[in-house]
Amino acid sequence: MTDPLLVGLVIFVLASFIGFEVINKVPPTLHTPLMSGSNAISGIAVIGALLMAGSGHTTLTVVLGFIATVLATINVVGGFLVTDRMLQMFKR
Amino acid sequence: MDWLTRIEELSYLGAAALFILGLKKLGSPATARQGNRLAALGMLIAIVVTLLDRQIISYTGILAAIGLGSVIGAIAAYKVAMTAMPQMVGLLNGLGGAASALVGIGEFCRIVAVGEPLTPSTLITIILGVLIGGVTLTGSLVAFGKLQGLISGTPIIFPLQQAINLGLLVAFLVASGWVWLDPSQLPIFWGLVAIASILGVLFVLPIGGADMPVVISLLNSLSGLAASAAGFIVGNSMLIIAGALVGASGLILTQIMCKAMNRSLANVLFGGFGSATTGNAEMTAHATAKSVHTIDPEESAMMLGYAKSVVIVPGYGMAVAQAQHSVKELADQLERLGVDVKYAIHPVAGRMPGHMNVLLAEANVPYPQLKDMEDINPEFENVDVALVIGANDVVNPAARTNPGSPIYGMPILDVDRARHTIVIKRSLNPGFAGIDNELFYKDKTLMLFGNAKEVLNQLIAEVKHL
Repeated sequence: MTDPLLVGLVIFVLASFIGFEVINKVPPTLHTPLMSGSNAISGIAVIGALLMAGSGHTTLTVVLGFIATVLATINVVGGFLVTDRMLQMFKR
Repeated sequence: MDWLTRIEELSYLGAAALFILGLKKLGSPATARQGNRLAALGMLIAIVVTLLDRQIISYTGILAAIGLGSVIGAIAAYKVAMTAMPQMVGLLNGLGGAASALVGIGEFCRIVAVGEPLTPSTLITIILGVLIGGVTLTGSLVAFGKLQGLISGTPIIFPLQQAINLGLLVAFLVASGWVWLDPSQLPIFWGLVAIASILGVLFVLPIGGADMPVVISLLNSLSGLAASAAGFIVGNSMLIIAGALVGASGLILTQIMCKAMNRSLANVLFGGFGSATTGNAEMTAHATAKSVHTIDPEESAMMLGYAKSVVIVPGYGMAVAQAQHSVKELADQLERLGVDVKYAIHPVAGRMPGHMNVLLAEANVPYPQLKDMEDINPEFENVDVALVIGANDVVNPAARTNPGSPIYGMPILDVDRARHTIVIKRSLNPGFAGIDNELFYKDKTLMLFGNAKEVLNQLIAEVKHL
């Protein structure tokens, strides 16, 4: 099994199942923080953006990578911080 | 595989584990904050390790980009009002989708520029990445516009809408085939990007404001899938894992929201629910024929103050009036008088999943006082006063009793079973969905007209005198 697409698909499907198992039965109180927190995780695209911006293949890819890095970083930093700000308010 | 690559791969694995652990902990109030921090730590590790990658030959640009993004993100996170959280989450979803789409576009441009052969699997993943990312971006922007009030919250429907969507999809497939045959045709590729963007706009435009919890959840899921697609494109399993986790969590929330409205996802997306076509005229005629009982703040305060138990039912109206702090103050005053106060939260109250919970948490309402629909519904019969603040469709008994109603079958909060119901509302206008609410005409229901915040402040003043 060396086809990268196939390996990727296996990882994708298994990770989806883990996601379903881990997140099921979250109480409604936490729906918003769960969404903004997981949203920050989806900013993981920043990894791809960094590799694109830093490898300097063509001017176009560097520019696209730069924009993608800025957008994904806003997603990551804003997402985690705003989630933390919300969760800080949840008191007993 | 040299040692640096090995460290990189192992660190990615560690980061993925931290994401899973973080999401797990986000599921319980006691550990949620720690969970979020674990996920953030995982992200930090992933980013730092990536910066050490040999592919990266220039740092000035990317460090500037990270700095710029961090500053904007941090300012937005600290400045945003809790009432504006749905817009914020919507916008962040869009940015993630945009970044993923850009990664796909960049990879395509690089392959074409370098003259590498384009394998079918690479092309398919790039096209999927651009499609999902583009739809997520523009769909989120439209959702943001609707939530922010820049675009009308009512469904925007135009003739041949489905035909146009179908045409665009066909055009997308045709253009994809063209790119496959001749990748050097960059304009065709940009056409693909444009079609994906238009599809995102058309996908959210016909969906009404009250259905936003579903849309936001779905866009959340899509932003994860976009990240996964980017992972396939650049061959990075870390991205695939993280994206799949987010995709799953968004899908779970989407399901919960659809269930709470007793509607299928397809109905939410394509139903044009709450558009002017749902027989408004008949309903308004219906409304004027019946009379309502009104009450003033003074009398309401007496009823509330001398009640044994009060259940507060907040809705989008409370969010719009930013009345959550007043709600909490009223509850404090009532508790001072020995009244048992609880909050009943409908899963789709507000504009995103958990919207009401966040607002009440901001006002320092302890979360054990917030009751879910299943827990509170059996209790309503023993409740003296149900106080409905800016909620409408989620307390409409027609969902239980009237098979002809568009919301028939939707689980609702049974406030009509309480001994008395006081409804704070600006006017008798049927809510967003244009559905007349039978609750308002019941003998036990008392209407207290006015802006939620102003009315609540009057109530607080009156209750203080009791």
